[in-house]
Amino acid sequence: MDTIDTVDAPLTRVAQPNGALTVKNARTEFRSKAELERIRRQRQAQKAYGRGRQIDVKSVRDKKLRRNLTNLETKYKTAALKSKEAEILLENTSGFLEAETELERTYRVRQDDIQKEVGIDVAQKKFELKLEGLGPYVCEYSRNGRDLILAGRKGHVATMDWREGKLGCELQLGETIRDARFLHNNQFFAVAQKKYVYIYDSSGVELHCMKKHVEVSHMEFLPYHFLLATLSINGYLKYQDTSTGQIVTEIPTKLGTPVSLTQNPHNAILHVGQQNGTVTLWSPNSSEPLVKLLAHRGPVRSLAVDREGRYMVSAGQDNRMAIWDIRNFKEAVSSYFTRSPATSLAISDTGLTAVGWGTKTTVWKGLFSKERAVQEKVQSPYMTWGGEGQAIERVRWCPYEDVLGLGHTEGFSSLIIPGAGEANYDALEVNPFETKKQRQEGEVKGLLNKLQPEMIALDPNYIGNLDLRSEEQRKADRDLDSPAVDVVEEMRNRARGKNGALKKYLRKQRKKNIIDEKRLKAEEMYKEMQEKKDERHKERKAELGPTLARFAKS
Amino acid sequence: MKIKALSRSISTQQAPGSDVQRAPRNLAPEIHPQRALNAVKLERMFAKPFLGQLGNGHVQGVYSMCKDKHSLNSVASGSGDGVIKVWDLTSRDDEVWRTAAHSNIVKGMTFTNDKKLLSCATDGIKLWDPYNTPKDTTPIATWQEGGPYTSLSAHRTGNSFAASSGAGCIRVWDLEQSTAAQTIQWPNFTDTITDVCFNQVETSVVGSVATDRSLILFDLRTNTPVIKTVLRFAANRIVFNPMEAMNLAVASEDHNIYIFDARNFDRAQNIQKGHVAAVMDVEFSPTGEELVSGSYDRTVRIWKRDQGQSRDIYHTKRMQRVFRTMWTMDSKYMLSGSDDGNLRLWRANASERSGVKSTKQRQALEYNTALVERYSHMPEIKRIRRHRHLPKVIKKAGEIKRDELGAIKRREENERKHSDKKFQKRKGEREKAVLVKQQ
Repeated sequence: MDTIDTVDAPLTRVAQPNGALTVKNARTEFRSKAELERIRRQRQAQKAYGRGRQIDVKSVRDKKLRRNLTNLETKYKTAALKSKEAEILLENTSGFLEAETELERTYRVRQDDIQKEVGIDVAQKKFELKLEGLGPYVCEYSRNGRDLILAGRKGHVATMDWREGKLGCELQLGETIRDARFLHNNQFFAVAQKKYVYIYDSSGVELHCMKKHVEVSHMEFLPYHFLLATLSINGYLKYQDTSTGQIVTEIPTKLGTPVSLTQNPHNAILHVGQQNGTVTLWSPNSSEPLVKLLAHRGPVRSLAVDREGRYMVSAGQDNRMAIWDIRNFKEAVSSYFTRSPATSLAISDTGLTAVGWGTKTTVWKGLFSKERAVQEKVQSPYMTWGGEGQAIERVRWCPYEDVLGLGHTEGFSSLIIPGAGEANYDALEVNPFETKKQRQEGEVKGLLNKLQPEMIALDPNYIGNLDLRSEEQRKADRDLDSPAVDVVEEMRNRARGKNGALKKYLRKQRKKNIIDEKRLKAEEMYKEMQEKKDERHKERKAELGPTLARFAKS
Repeated sequence: MKIKALSRSISTQQAPGSDVQRAPRNLAPEIHPQRALNAVKLERMFAKPFLGQLGNGHVQGVYSMCKDKHSLNSVASGSGDGVIKVWDLTSRDDEVWRTAAHSNIVKGMTFTNDKKLLSCATDGIKLWDPYNTPKDTTPIATWQEGGPYTSLSAHRTGNSFAASSGAGCIRVWDLEQSTAAQTIQWPNFTDTITDVCFNQVETSVVGSVATDRSLILFDLRTNTPVIKTVLRFAANRIVFNPMEAMNLAVASEDHNIYIFDARNFDRAQNIQKGHVAAVMDVEFSPTGEELVSGSYDRTVRIWKRDQGQSRDIYHTKRMQRVFRTMWTMDSKYMLSGSDDGNLRLWRANASERSGVKSTKQRQALEYNTALVERYSHMPEIKRIRRHRHLPKVIKKAGEIKRDELGAIKRREENERKHSDKKFQKRKGEREKAVLVKQQ
């Protein structure tokens, strides 16, 4: 659970019986306003951009190390402060939809109302694509939100630059399509077809037929690792490296046909929703799930994880939608109800949650927040849409835009949801306005910085512990002059409990019938211990007196 | 109802009529979820240490080299046939100046403070003026007093120079005088002194190593030898750290470089292991932080002053036994002179490129170095960073050497176990380097 920022909170005061207030950590020294402001800014910067707890430099004895650590700490401090100060350069503020009077409700606002209020360029982002007879459609955006892929169940695939309304390619595959997804950029996309997974390029030319991926129902692409993860109907989770073409791992999930799949964008762990209501977490490095979480009574229909990897939203066949804190796998708040089982979930960059259920879509705001110490239950949704007969198949947020894409039985709808997108993109990370040259350069950079699949772990910042034991061992091996370990002392220390090291040693040695110094010492010690034990027994007997002596503990 | 939705037009991203895209940044950690670490690989990818050779080199092997301390680009080299050449490092073309100075192998060379060149061989010491005289001239001055000379070293500031002689003494001359100003000898010492070196900070201290494994320090102010230390193996070369007056490095025949503190010869301060044949030459960088060494195993190694293993290993297919290595005065390049008669120019930092860098480029490089430094303890990173492709012969020799040393150690341990030695304390590797100390 998050701690609350107490920078501006008043000092804790404890009222005494006589009404006096004792102040813990009273501020005795005078601090100027500027100084206080500086400290506040420092703390804020540390909170937003800091690199964990500071090292207590004063406790370090080694002069050189202390100097280095001090330098490092100062560097981190200034870096955090500078990053915070650079916030002034952010040029956009995110959108919003706010009620002005108490009677207004944001969920009553219709798309037409928004279209009237906003500029033409934004209003154009609300559109409908009528694609009847080939649906239901699944939709996915590319990483920078510029391209859109639509895949109808009956074999229709189309990619487009949706803002300009330019069609990239259109394919009629003539067989069942279960999922479609862009790879690292808009140049390639993978389609999970009836039997195999195929990769097409931007003009719709089939590049690969991946026969190792059979009857795939769900796909995820891990952009930093260049891994395409597929989940098949028989429960096999397969990771394929799209840069080298190698299959990294094939893991049987062994929990029946999986129902849903999503990735945690923070640490690239895959979350799989199972038939029996569990959510299992997978990495390519383990054949067992890292975590099993019983989330619902009944199949887990859909999953979504927020971009910081803190919260997971799950929706089940039991008409429940639950918010989870996936850092400690606890349910963050009591769950929400959906009138019919939700079919699709998505979390936007700013934390809006879109839920597609039945023919409707609901958008929730503030289901979770990292700023709050305790999550509250939200009473009413932020926005709603639908109810006009099209069953929602998939909801997806367009990155860096206030746009929600809906794939449904009658085609595709794009909605304007103010306040959904990240306002300030980082052009060196993902650029929605990238040119061809930038895209090519980004591809090369991405490949150079490709992370190895071995680095996928629950905590991506965890590198490893120091192996202190083997270091000690190595030191001992190097220093041959160090005094030999005292056998007796070692055994004495470990010889606690019923089956101590001493007894075990003697038991084994007696069978071998080898008499050496160590054994003699052990025997002697054993004898000594027995004598002591007898003595104690005698004492106890004496204490209890002649009648009760037989009850004395041996 | 207050409504605002995000609206970015393409025109705000790229000014009309310009082809420069704006690249706004957002440093929020949420949108930078993964950090990669291929910096170390890039460093290895860009590692191209060899820059080229100087002119066509010498006809015979290069056995002596020296640099002009007052100029970044001129160095001189002397070869086995007695020819001396002066080179210009910037052009790397044919030599600037040459002369057939001696009748046989040029043993030692040094530039004096007034830009003259001293060279020594068995036929004496000669003084040249390479900047002002034409090629193939006669020397300005010659000194023939005393025995055959093996090496030369010039005073940091004054006009005196020291030469070590085969008769077990060192002689110090003034450039203007024909007879030696000082002759210093350890009492009853007659072995050949192979190398002599002036201290660059404490400028009256002179160090020397001799064929009988001894290392002698002389003080010119008192005209006496100060201390004699006998090492376990003979040393080929002695150099003082130019920044820390008390520290000196010794290139030993036993494949190691020893760094001593002149105030305490009980133990070596550091032992640098890695070469698989005798170390022929060693030199501190002008910053005093790093060392370069050339060895009989045909490689050049770079060492950090305080580390035991080499930072980098340079070799080429055609480079033979390396007899001389040298830093340039800006610590950015190194020179090696080898048995094959070539002088090779190397980058001190293999992956660094000279030339003006844009701020972006510089920042990216700095970021990469910081990343490598930050994650250098990770085994994967360490492996990539330390891995060097070595010639098969050297790799094999290293393996054999490791096995043999292991066998020796095992034998010693076995001996210890079954003799009186087990009651004695073991001697540390650094203490073992010193055999006897005489004051």
